[in-house]
Amino acid sequence: MVLSEFAGVSMPDWIDALLRIIFIVALMTIMAFALIYLERKILARFQARVGPTRTGPIGTLQSIADALKLVTKEDVRPITADRWAFELAPYMAFVPVFLVFVPMPFTETWFIRDLNLGLLFVFGVLGLNIVGVVMAAWGSDNKYALLGGVRAAAQAISYEIPMLLIIVAVVMVAAGRLAVDGDASAAGSINAIVGDQTTTPYILLQPLGFFIFIIGMLAELHRPPFDMPIAESEVVGGYFVEYSGMRWGMFFLAEYTALFLLVVLASSLFLGGWNWPFGADVGLGLQIVLTFVKTSVMIVLVIGSRALFPRLRIDQLMSFSWKVLLPFSIVQVIANGIILAYGGPDWVVGLVSFGLLVALGGLVYYIMSRKQGEGARTVQTTPATPRVITAPEVTPVEAGGD
Amino acid sequence: MENVLEQYAHLGILLIFAAIFPSLPLIASWAFFKFGLRPRMPNAVKSDTYECGVETEGPTWVQFNFRYYLVALIFVLFDVEVIFLFPLAVALDSVVVTGLVAALIFIAVLFLGLVYEWRRQALEWR
Repeated sequence: MVLSEFAGVSMPDWIDALLRIIFIVALMTIMAFALIYLERKILARFQARVGPTRTGPIGTLQSIADALKLVTKEDVRPITADRWAFELAPYMAFVPVFLVFVPMPFTETWFIRDLNLGLLFVFGVLGLNIVGVVMAAWGSDNKYALLGGVRAAAQAISYEIPMLLIIVAVVMVAAGRLAVDGDASAAGSINAIVGDQTTTPYILLQPLGFFIFIIGMLAELHRPPFDMPIAESEVVGGYFVEYSGMRWGMFFLAEYTALFLLVVLASSLFLGGWNWPFGADVGLGLQIVLTFVKTSVMIVLVIGSRALFPRLRIDQLMSFSWKVLLPFSIVQVIANGIILAYGGPDWVVGLVSFGLLVALGGLVYYIMSRKQGEGARTVQTTPATPRVITAPEVTPVEAGGD
Repeated sequence: MENVLEQYAHLGILLIFAAIFPSLPLIASWAFFKFGLRPRMPNAVKSDTYECGVETEGPTWVQFNFRYYLVALIFVLFDVEVIFLFPLAVALDSVVVTGLVAALIFIAVLFLGLVYEWRRQALEWR
């Protein structure tokens, strides 16, 4: 229906699917390249630099130069590495991310296929990504890689639970609203959820959900403040220490593709995707512009988080997921269930979720301000004896001479 | 909407694409090697395990914190919970109050499990 919409040509189903897949592949490649460039430019601006300027006009060809460099770089494989795990790991990291693009709606009709249980499919397949990471960690035969890999796995599974519960809460809201039109069974499909947000984006109904989704997204992508698995100062780069050349580039590609994917998902679920605020009747052009405006805003947020937040400790990371986010998301699911089963209006749902978000913020503020006082986690350190550093005798250099 | 099997058949087509697409840069990389544009000069130091310049001591597959296993176990529990909650969420409009109470009891039992793990300090990271 991509072509048949414009030309009125009818074609077999599988050719239609193929065209859509080619569209998605092209879009994904362009987005990955654009994101690498954008990340370097935005981070540079945060740090009062200018970023890449030499390759092409204002450095726009930098990603292509990077790709060329990666392809022509020597592919080093450690002699002790497990060959199969090492060489197949990039595939295992990349293929699931790619597959998850199937139900992503870019406009009302531009998606590969609108799956009935799209949301469950997305999270089921995206979780497989971590298998690639663990394979890389195990296959590299490197202590740092192994530690980075188990960290990545623990982090990904910890933050997946609050995210999944929030998805359940969102599906509840969608089912309640779609039941008015009589097809609540479509509530698992992402496109149906976007289609429901003509007047009210779900961020108004589920502000806590949006907050937890963003945090879970940053954690799944190993973005700061959740970048312990790839922390250079702790595990020298994490699970891809031993990779070089194009295999390393594939991990990189998978990461940026996942970033684009999760940003599209977040904007579809909470910001109204192609629908809000203009509705379904504005035509493909404006819808795709809407999608890209929303995704761009969120991309800047995600990239900015790398410049704005310091890295957490691993115990803070785990506690935050299991002790703060998980109880709150369970309470959110229960609250939604009770309100919607009794037919409560939308504003009650929104208000309760907003109240929970405020409570979450207050709790985090309380915990953090308490920890600054009489420390909950006291580190026993003997005060270091001050060392007197004597500067070596240096003959002063004449400054400013020509 | 098409039938479910047909929907998922398209996944098969995409899976083939998904396998081919990441191979292309690797094939390009291999072709560069064939035309002599990409070096391959392994030596003993280069193909050694990287460890900031020092030689690796002992086995590389070291023991790591056992709490990673605990986290994995708790994850499996809650993941299954979410899968059971998903049908409830989709069918929420047709769930009567008895169904809701049943679901709440289910969630409460798991929540108690979380509280138990919390009290037994399975969630502490030391």
